[in-house]
Amino acid sequence: MSSTSISKPKSDKPQNAIVETALETCEATGRTILSFFALVGRIANFIGKSIYHCFTPPFFPSQLGRQILNIGYYSLPVVGMTALFTGMVLALQSYTGFTRFNAEGAIAGVVALSVTRELAPVLAGLMVAGRVGASIAAEIGTMRVTEQIDALTTLSVNPFKYLVAPRILAGTLMLPILVLIADIIGIYGGYVVAIYSLDFSVGSYITQTWDTIQPIDVISGLIKAGVFGFIVTIMGCYHGYNSARGAQGVGAATTNAVVSSSILILIFNYLLTQVFFS
Amino acid sequence: MTPKNTDTDIPKLELKGLKKSFGNKHILRGLDLSIPKGKSLVIIGGSGTGKSVMLKCILGLIHPDEGSILIDGKETIGTSAKERDIFMHKFGMLFQGAALFDSLKVWENVAFGLIHGRNIDRKKAREIAQEKIKAVGLRAEVADLYPAELSGGMQKRVGLARAVAASPEIIFFDEPTTGLDPIMADVINDLIVDSVKGLGATALSITHDMASARKIADHIAMLHEGKIVWHGPIDKLDNSGNEYVEQFIHGRADGPITRRVA
Repeated sequence: MSSTSISKPKSDKPQNAIVETALETCEATGRTILSFFALVGRIANFIGKSIYHCFTPPFFPSQLGRQILNIGYYSLPVVGMTALFTGMVLALQSYTGFTRFNAEGAIAGVVALSVTRELAPVLAGLMVAGRVGASIAAEIGTMRVTEQIDALTTLSVNPFKYLVAPRILAGTLMLPILVLIADIIGIYGGYVVAIYSLDFSVGSYITQTWDTIQPIDVISGLIKAGVFGFIVTIMGCYHGYNSARGAQGVGAATTNAVVSSSILILIFNYLLTQVFFS
Repeated sequence: MTPKNTDTDIPKLELKGLKKSFGNKHILRGLDLSIPKGKSLVIIGGSGTGKSVMLKCILGLIHPDEGSILIDGKETIGTSAKERDIFMHKFGMLFQGAALFDSLKVWENVAFGLIHGRNIDRKKAREIAQEKIKAVGLRAEVADLYPAELSGGMQKRVGLARAVAASPEIIFFDEPTTGLDPIMADVINDLIVDSVKGLGATALSITHDMASARKIADHIAMLHEGKIVWHGPIDKLDNSGNEYVEQFIHGRADGPITRRVA
């Protein structure tokens, strides 16, 4: 090896090095792009299979009920607390900002619109991603590692129907309900601060809220919530189902589920806002 | 005149030229194997020789690259989901770590395939599960415990009860005695023999444990580098004349099977 490099003319050396570096960079870029498309393909295939199994028998209603309870009911305290304090902070911040322009009267409308259109669906989505997405990935990942998913197959039960479909259905159905509750709690949080701390009149605050809010504001938030529920559960299921072996594999699956669903929630929030309000 | 093939002439399970690679790693390299109906075949071989991959190919958990898997003379590869379901109904499987569902009680684990796979009424399935739990030597109270509350040996027994609950025609055992003390291992071996003989089932086991292999096998096959290097009845094992088998059964470090230490 060394003899060939010695025999080469000196002037070739830097040129060869540049070509080699360029080739290596191209190779690495190509590999990254290919693996990205392969990942997208795998996720698309997983989503397609999951949706198919959501609507074809056999169904597992007891599993669906269990997931509705887990995703919907048990997430309620976390989502409710988030919405309450978000509404309260929003009222406070709006007040300190709007008094500079003598626009305190707009606080009720700002709180109502911000909560219903953006904050309730996004924050509820992110909170559920942290609570439910992580637990789905950890549970299914552990089942993968301990061969429980293989055991389901040997017992003539399709893991997509038994594990994936109930979670996706429950997530997609329950998140809009959670967000509807979060809308009410969030607006109530703003109301409490406005009335008890900022001395607003009850009647004018409520009237202003009703006058500002339109059905599309609530409906767009609920549609967003349905999409976010789907994203959180499908990412949890995908990463858990494809978890690598061992505790490290399950840990990585859990992290990936939360990170990917959080990022996707933010991306889809922008895209859906474009669709509804642009 | 050649005699017509009868039902008993057709092997219960037959693998022909089975190949499977993962990238550059060639795990199965043309594996041929057949098990007659009602017989128990044990596959021995070192770690990483392709035993588990072979089992997963038969169960449809991994798709082989080439070859044929025949159950009762019928091809299983490339069949529709519905046909695969019919084949799966013939199988029972005891996993290495038992693979019990943690969120379900013991009886629900045993009855799982009956309730969800065969649509048997829950009450009837519970009765069958309780019979099977008793048959593997567990007390009736165990039925209402969760798998996490059981010892390793008890979990294996529950796994065995689940594997035989639906009276399968073919039962697979993946290293059934791994992680158990010698006495519990022998108890599990006895239960396996009783269950298989009781059902008249065909059994395929993979193990490293020679004591277990000698107890549960009618025939033994040795797998090395993705191929069967020896196949014969259990009573010929000690006089196989095969250097791979000799080295493996005596657990010698020197011989044709070499282990690279990375």
